[in-house]
Amino acid sequence: MKQSKQGAVTRRTFLAAAGTTAAALSAGASAQGAPIKIGLSIAQTGGLGAGGKAALLGQQMWRDDVNARGGILGRKVELIVYDDQSNPATTPGIYTKLLDVDKVDLLVAPYGTNPTAPIMPLVKQRGLLLMGNFSFEVNERIQHDMWFNNAPWNDSVTWFTGFIDLAMKRGAKTIAFLAADAEFSMALATGAKNLAKHNGLNTVYDQKYPPNTTEFSSMIRSVKAAKPDVVFVASYPSESVAIVRAANEIGLGSSVKVFGGGMVGLQFGPIMESLGSQLNGIVNFTSYAPEKTVDFPGLKDFLTRYAVKAKAEKVDPLGFYLPPFNYAIGQVLEAAINATKGLDHKALAKYIRDNEHKTIVGPIRYQRNGEWANARVLMVQFNGIKDKDIEQFRLPGKQVIVAPAQYKSGEFKFPYEKARNG
Amino acid sequence: MFSWDLLSGALVFGLLLGCFYAAVSIGLSVSFGLLDVPHIAHPSFLVAGGYATYWLCGFGWDPIVAGLVLALPFFALGVGMYRGYHTMFESRGTDAGLRGLAFFFGVAFILEVALILAFGVDQRLVEAPYIGKSIDLTEDLRVPLRLIVAFGAALLLTIGLTLYLGKTFMGRAIKAVAQDQVALSLMGADPVRVKQWAFGIATAVTAVAGALLIIVGPIDPQLGRVYIGRTFCVVVMAGLGSMSGTVAAGLILGVAETLVLTFFGASWAPAVAFGLLLVVLGVRPQGLFGR
Repeated sequence: MKQSKQGAVTRRTFLAAAGTTAAALSAGASAQGAPIKIGLSIAQTGGLGAGGKAALLGQQMWRDDVNARGGILGRKVELIVYDDQSNPATTPGIYTKLLDVDKVDLLVAPYGTNPTAPIMPLVKQRGLLLMGNFSFEVNERIQHDMWFNNAPWNDSVTWFTGFIDLAMKRGAKTIAFLAADAEFSMALATGAKNLAKHNGLNTVYDQKYPPNTTEFSSMIRSVKAAKPDVVFVASYPSESVAIVRAANEIGLGSSVKVFGGGMVGLQFGPIMESLGSQLNGIVNFTSYAPEKTVDFPGLKDFLTRYAVKAKAEKVDPLGFYLPPFNYAIGQVLEAAINATKGLDHKALAKYIRDNEHKTIVGPIRYQRNGEWANARVLMVQFNGIKDKDIEQFRLPGKQVIVAPAQYKSGEFKFPYEKARNG
Repeated sequence: MFSWDLLSGALVFGLLLGCFYAAVSIGLSVSFGLLDVPHIAHPSFLVAGGYATYWLCGFGWDPIVAGLVLALPFFALGVGMYRGYHTMFESRGTDAGLRGLAFFFGVAFILEVALILAFGVDQRLVEAPYIGKSIDLTEDLRVPLRLIVAFGAALLLTIGLTLYLGKTFMGRAIKAVAQDQVALSLMGADPVRVKQWAFGIATAVTAVAGALLIIVGPIDPQLGRVYIGRTFCVVVMAGLGSMSGTVAAGLILGVAETLVLTFFGASWAPAVAFGLLLVVLGVRPQGLFGR
């Protein structure tokens, strides 16, 4: 009977219990709050689409990890994403919509320099925090103090010192430039030219070509005729493939000690697999290679998880270049929001600027211009690459880090023709 | 920087590239030049041919063989598409002006999106014994084998199509329908069926040209946009419907582009196509080989 009385649910106890539950639920809902909306445009189609898809997967993995931990400040994270089609003309409209219609809390920049440059005046005018995504020198003229780039570089000097040093130490005297006529590649080429001039390298060939050029045999032949010691290329993925192919077919001549530099695309798994042995000997920039000298805590675990998702999503199966750094964008934002306990852009920017951030791509500290204080542009030389084998790129020794010195993982082989033939 | 060595190289590469331009334009020469269909989706079909070749190469096929085999389903595709275009526009007399153009723009975009969904946005290449290798024409002039193969295939394609149009009954019927549709129907032939067949031939040729496209360089779903200007320029410059003119115009464009690129800078190369077109149309409005 007693037991029965204790177990009996009276109207009063039911109402009390219901009230308590409702209060608890409402407290929970208030702690959960509305999601933190992060808005971005990122190329899913067009020339930058392949990289953009992989990069977005990196950010989505961070979002899923954060939400699995309960969100930030008790709020889930939501990504609001638009495809900018690799077209810089679309991004000002997209970001205005993100701000005024979608009412996002935070912004991440599009992938790449060209789509990012047009939104810089907008974010500066509105005083907004903008997390950059692999653009180059877009803040050079705007000087926005709430801009932070995830790419491991700073200015053109930090980018090319390693590349030019390799050539100078081997007695190079002349250089040839081949660059796409677009914002990013021209900025790269201008920086490289300044550095080459500073080092006393004589320019014997200087060609800018319109983007989407498909056939480079004539240009490579002209390069060969100029007999340079160094061939510097700043190109986009489709052109990079055509240039590498033409260089292998036509040859660059025995004078060339270093060939490569700023070719976008040679960091993407499908392109690396397609080019195979044609990559051998090329020295090119990248952000990560599976070498012991750049093994940061959490990175291998991320890449293992990424590989599984990439297969399902049909994106770059390796994901070395962009995805970890896109994950790191989230990590930096997460740390800043947790530390400042809010979403105030000025407070977040101050925190990001004043502190070092622990990420899966290593510690990041920013300079005043929003670029990495300790730039880490890796110059890797492709070595011993076979055809039709993407898995080989997961092994050390295939992309040997030849510069900068503190991350060096192997010896630089030269001249190019010799390195190309193993 | 001028040198005879560079000049000879530019001429050789220009001729090879020119023949390739002719090959990617010749299907349009039939559909637009002879049939007067505003086939703005032609370059997208080229890219689709390239992707279909890529798919077959995954089974170990040679790209040229793949292109030839693909000509059959592409022929059927062309026949079906013309049938749709005729039913929706020509039979109602609404094909004039922008409507037909808008239809093919729509087809081009749908094709582009379909390729993105099927193959993703990554660039695709194929492998073959003649890709990535070169031959020495002289001590200083090394030429990529893929360009020579594309040159040969393009030449055969053009000769084949010219013979077909000139020597066969159906070929002559296609030429007749281009000249006077009413006269053809008075002779008892069905001009719609002839045009349907011709559009099928034009699309089949595009499959082979698509194979050449992926042999020459990497392709992506949006590559067609790069070729819209060049292909229409070649066809108009040639004189609408002239096969031999298409080859000549392609060669002129290829050589001019390469010479400009070598001696004046690559930035000027895209302007060459339309610069030449303006000159030709100014001097000879009907095109180089037009009547």
